[in-house]
Amino acid sequence: MNLLGKLSWNAVPFDQPIVMGASGGMILGIVLVLAWVTLKGYVPYLWREWITSVDHKRIGVMYLVLAMLMLLRGFSDAIMMRGQQAVAAGGAQGYLPPEHFDQIFSAHGTIMIFFVAMPLVIGLMNFAVPLQLGIRDMAFPTLNSVSLGLTASGILLTNVSLFVGEFAKTGWVAYPPLSELQFSPGVGVDYYLWSLQISGLGTLLTGINFVTTILKTRALGMSYTRMPVFCWTALASNLLIVAAFPVLTAALAMLLLDRYFGFHFFSVDAGGNAMMYVNLFWVWGHPEVYILVLPAFGIYSEVSATFSGKPLFGYRSMVAATMVICLLAFTVWLHHFFTMGASANVNAFFAVASMMIAVPTGVKIFNWLFTMYGGRVRFAVPVLWTIGFMVTFVLGGLTGVLLAVPPVDWQMHNSVFLVAHFHHVIIPGVVFAAFAGYTYWFPKAFGFKLEESWGRRAFWCWFIGFHVAFMPLYVLGLMGMTRRLQHYDVLAWRPWLLVAAAGVAIIFAGVVCQIVQLVVSIRGREALRDVTGDPWNGRTLEWSTASPPPAWNFALPPHVAERDAYWAMKRLARAKQGEPAQAREYSAIELPKSSAIGFVTAFFAVVGGFALIWHIWWMAAFGVFGAFVALIVFAFRDEDEVEIPAARIAQFERARKAEVAL
Amino acid sequence: MRHGFLLIALLGAATLGGCTEGVLDPKGPIAAAERQILFNSLGIMLAIVIPTMLATLGAAWWFRASNTRARYRPDFEYSGRLELLVWSIPIMTVLLVGGVAWVGSHDLDPPKPIASAVKPVRVQVVSLDWKWLFIYPEQGIATANQLTIPVGTPVSFELTSSSVMNSFWVPQLGGQIYTMAGMTTRLHLQADHPGTYRGVSANYSGEGFADMRFDVDAVPPEKFAQWVDAARNAGPVLDAQAYVDLAKPSKAVAPFTYRSVAPDLFTRILSSSVQADGLSQLTSVASQRTE
Repeated sequence: MNLLGKLSWNAVPFDQPIVMGASGGMILGIVLVLAWVTLKGYVPYLWREWITSVDHKRIGVMYLVLAMLMLLRGFSDAIMMRGQQAVAAGGAQGYLPPEHFDQIFSAHGTIMIFFVAMPLVIGLMNFAVPLQLGIRDMAFPTLNSVSLGLTASGILLTNVSLFVGEFAKTGWVAYPPLSELQFSPGVGVDYYLWSLQISGLGTLLTGINFVTTILKTRALGMSYTRMPVFCWTALASNLLIVAAFPVLTAALAMLLLDRYFGFHFFSVDAGGNAMMYVNLFWVWGHPEVYILVLPAFGIYSEVSATFSGKPLFGYRSMVAATMVICLLAFTVWLHHFFTMGASANVNAFFAVASMMIAVPTGVKIFNWLFTMYGGRVRFAVPVLWTIGFMVTFVLGGLTGVLLAVPPVDWQMHNSVFLVAHFHHVIIPGVVFAAFAGYTYWFPKAFGFKLEESWGRRAFWCWFIGFHVAFMPLYVLGLMGMTRRLQHYDVLAWRPWLLVAAAGVAIIFAGVVCQIVQLVVSIRGREALRDVTGDPWNGRTLEWSTASPPPAWNFALPPHVAERDAYWAMKRLARAKQGEPAQAREYSAIELPKSSAIGFVTAFFAVVGGFALIWHIWWMAAFGVFGAFVALIVFAFRDEDEVEIPAARIAQFERARKAEVAL
Repeated sequence: MRHGFLLIALLGAATLGGCTEGVLDPKGPIAAAERQILFNSLGIMLAIVIPTMLATLGAAWWFRASNTRARYRPDFEYSGRLELLVWSIPIMTVLLVGGVAWVGSHDLDPPKPIASAVKPVRVQVVSLDWKWLFIYPEQGIATANQLTIPVGTPVSFELTSSSVMNSFWVPQLGGQIYTMAGMTTRLHLQADHPGTYRGVSANYSGEGFADMRFDVDAVPPEKFAQWVDAARNAGPVLDAQAYVDLAKPSKAVAPFTYRSVAPDLFTRILSSSVQADGLSQLTSVASQRTE
């Protein structure tokens, strides 16, 4: 018996210079950062204040850092693919052999959906939802830290696959029979499966946490109809997580059983049926789209209202539209495979159901439009992302409804037209929203705004680059180009692919602008400082506290009397101007104690996951046992809260008042 | 406005691009009908989407903070009439497009035979790693990576896969359908004009996927008969052993024909993946693929 399972030196692709270069660069980067952190003596600070923190704001920021790093990784994959297709025309094979190209598009999809879009959205929800609800933390703060740890574990495992072994060569959907052991005997699919199982568990726990938080722990007076729309969309999104992620977990678990124990759920022989996987995958996969895009819609709602200086138009419509999407999300999954040969009635039913989602979505677009109508729109960077989204997304939605028409889908499915479509909704729908949210809440998180002009440059590069990169794919799809081609023989495609590659270069310029923006903003933070806590003239409760907020968020629990609670408070304060201010009585606040359990869980998850991927059974047992022991030890902890004395809170509030007065 | 221009430019370009080959240049009734549905749905939606885009840009620009002529209405947050409007516009659009989709799904349902006075040609399609096998059961011949069909004659396809999933797609003749091991899907296409059309697998199936394409030669019926005769007199025989050999993974296979086909081969291919029979070697073929 081999002590290291399937693992050997052959797993490291020494013969592939591109892979070695990429992983070498990645490892070097990690080593340099770790060395710098250690030499500067930041390790205790990072450990105390960040890694073991159970503060939702810190956890949110860490999610976003992970997502941004993975965005760079996923974007590098995109550059590689566009580069390959720009050169591999006619008889040319390009610089990426199928072996490598197939891993890249699989990794690109997996990383962008699970490790960029999801942490972006979850990070922003983590940061903003408790603040908007006027509460001190999530319902289960420590569980939140565990969720982050599990997500990070999945991310780490996926990236380890670059250096040790391989990633899946099945596309990000990993359809069997291709993903069965018979056709994918390598560890690539196992990396995919275990990464998603581990991070998926984290996501499910996040979902439970948010649903509980939003339903049970809102500020006094915040009834459902007074909840900010972002919280509504977060609720809808997390309800979808709780309902949909177990389906993915089950589908992947069945595939794991097939691969590890020779079950026949989806195999070609012994009565297996791959159609079941495809159905289950999309029963999760379509709601997943709304898990991502609903909070994004929430961000756009907050931004359009705030920067128009007006309440959101049609709040009830907006909430209704959100919940309708939440329900309809589960009735449309079959439109991902109209080409499977279902009967005409089944296809037609799912076609109409899919189109029905366009109704509440259209309502939202009109409501944002009417939110700006009659407002005083300030064209700050978040508004640019919002308007850029609105004009782009309606076209992406249009091509989506086109693809929901089965006869059109039979022609366009699996073509790059489809690729253009889903990028056309996900990039403006989720990525632009995340950037809007990042710019919008950055001053709240760090106490200073992001520099404007670099933000504008980034927006225009992304906006133009997006269109240059993806519009040609619609044309190519109509010309009959399918997705995932490592090379092609139709020379007429090449000019369009060159244009698309140029578009990626423009997006790259946008990414550079964003990095520059961050550096410039940090260096010029004194000039960009936000002392009021309310840099945008905001409407919701997060702007009523300091920037950055103290660990306890609110010195006194806010009382909510109407929608747009902080706007109302400001109006009341103006009305009462001149009246003597009432002395405020602060009382001690109990906060959850920092905990290493998230980190420990992540450690054992990585060890266990890696061991399972490589069939190192003793190590897998160690991982599972370690996680179990950690849980027991955690459950028997003596104290789980720290008390912040009233004097410290009073001092913080006095200092803040003095700062605002200056 | 930028967008409108971009869109027009792209639509123009797409139409031009489509003239060479592709979905917008149909050569048969199914592809033509599908293109028509594409245009109809697109037209219905553009009628809403373009004004919405312009209105968005217009509202944002007019109500910019620096415009002193715009009326600031800080409490404008509800209007029953507007609400009715914003719900009814998308509902009516969806009713229209939904109707198009419903009728189209039934009219063009892939298993539905094409109404024609001409007797259809039957073709059985098997996707293999990584090539296509076309069996002509009535003619008793078969081809690899090459599909010859008579012009003006409906072609009735039965499709399956030897192992992983693929998708059979000839953009200029009509929409695609999956091929799945152990299952049969059905598709009806027809070419109205002689010519050579590109056929591909649209569903990623592994390492050799990029080369998994074939030419569809649509020829006049008399030429088709000649071609069948020629095919019957040349090439190897497709029996169980030849099939097992063919099913072994190979990439970019040059087209060739089989002069005869073992009877019921398609049915046996279909069942071999669900139960071991005379072709039990088939399942072991797949495992060789990976080496």
